[in-house]
Amino acid sequence: MEKIARMALITCRDLALGYDGDIILKNLNFTVNEGDYLCIVGENGSGKSTLMKTLLHLTDPMGGEIILGDGLTRKEIGYLPQQTVVQKDFPASVMEIVLSGCQGRMGRRFFYNKADKELALENMRRMEIENLANASYRNLSGGQQQRVLLARALCATRKILLLDEPVSGLDPKVTADMYQLIKQLNEEGTTIIMISHDIEAAVGFASHILHIGKRVFFGTKEDYANSDIGKYFLLQEQEIHENIEAALTEENREEVGV
Amino acid sequence: MTLWTYLQYPFVRYALIVGVLISLCASLLGVTLVLKRFSFIGDGLSHVAFGAIAIASVLKLTDQMILVMPITIICAVLLLRTGQNAKIKGDAAIAMVSVGALAFGYLLMNLFPTSTNLSGDVCTTLFGSISILTLQRADVVFTVVMSIVVIAVFVLVYNRIFDVTFDENFARAAGTRVDLYNLLIAVIIAVIIVLAMNLVGSLLISALIIFPALSAMRLYHSFRSVTVFSAVISVICALTGMILSILAGTPVGATIVAVDVLVFACCTLIGKAVGRA
Repeated sequence: MEKIARMALITCRDLALGYDGDIILKNLNFTVNEGDYLCIVGENGSGKSTLMKTLLHLTDPMGGEIILGDGLTRKEIGYLPQQTVVQKDFPASVMEIVLSGCQGRMGRRFFYNKADKELALENMRRMEIENLANASYRNLSGGQQQRVLLARALCATRKILLLDEPVSGLDPKVTADMYQLIKQLNEEGTTIIMISHDIEAAVGFASHILHIGKRVFFGTKEDYANSDIGKYFLLQEQEIHENIEAALTEENREEVGV
Repeated sequence: MTLWTYLQYPFVRYALIVGVLISLCASLLGVTLVLKRFSFIGDGLSHVAFGAIAIASVLKLTDQMILVMPITIICAVLLLRTGQNAKIKGDAAIAMVSVGALAFGYLLMNLFPTSTNLSGDVCTTLFGSISILTLQRADVVFTVVMSIVVIAVFVLVYNRIFDVTFDENFARAAGTRVDLYNLLIAVIIAVIIVLAMNLVGSLLISALIIFPALSAMRLYHSFRSVTVFSAVISVICALTGMILSILAGTPVGATIVAVDVLVFACCTLIGKAVGRA
């Protein structure tokens, strides 16, 4: 048993999501407590990205409210966005990018001070990229780039990270490393909200699952795995994997045959 | 006559000062514009400025800046705005405004000719001219003041410009006023373009903005070194181009741009060679 009830960092009440006047999801209720690892899953178009943008206050909710607790301000949510095309050939050093995570702390200052720089260095050490400080971002591997962006997100927050498909486009080994890294951050006390396609990994690593779409589920991952919706999607996922594997072996067979 | 003799004349010194300052300012925002995929905004805006100059001369305004500057700034704001959520996408909007303004400007100049040498006037506005060699003291002071303002603002908001260039969404989430800084970038770029009209003319301004940035990006890998180096390249190219054009009697704008192109070619080759080593 925990001694003290953990603080709710984010509470969503009757939240309605949408854009351009169309509601795509409504009556969404969930709470993220300190130390949670919440995974948001759902099919394409179910509103995962809109939910995330709403949590970050990039989009206004269409109804309901988002309550931030424990002194969390909206600027203090560390955000790991998906990579953009612009970033692929962007001339910037790792240090410059990580330091830009401090922009929310600057207030009216125009330049970074010593404390900002130390914070950037510290987070680069946590992500084990301090030796890359002067390396060029565009020459890094996909996994290293994600570590840089994660270090930047850590500069923006002490408490909570919001990760948007953090492993998309990474190869299986780097994906596993990335999940391990996120798990480690969570164990060190950072609250994690992660959007993912990968239901299996979600159930593997998360403490809570928010499934959005036609049916909505919110609860611990154990409850999810036992719920109808959870069983259905986990089974579906398994079938997809089996199908892919079957297709791959068939292809191999053909190749060998040729 | 040697270069030294030329330098005895104040108008040559004025031209060199103004040319260097304008190229320096133009190169500063080049890096951001190239990375934001707005390379053509210089072209679009300079044509707007051309149209505005036509209107100003039809109206027989003595100080054309009063009209040209605001019109160009408004168009810059509209163009950078539409990049985000318009029915007509950024590049199409720029192309539309660009050719539209050019056509209307030329049409106006033809319908209400202000001098007998119409094609000469048009050519001057499009390709820059010797007007850089006929600058008055007041023009020089105006350019110097505007350049200092542009450089000071750029240095102050340098970190914010990096933030909104590298990742607008992250910047927005971190509470940075992204729209404000995009607006600021638009205004600065409009000011620079109006200033640069005298130097290289409407058609060649884009070159001043993008070539130094592109050259620097071949050789350097951090945002700061790219920015600094593109400013250095720009100043060197402008000086070399102007001196060459004075000595050889070639058109000023075209010569500067030709030097920029050569330097870009060199930087590309060096970049390739270094990359392979």
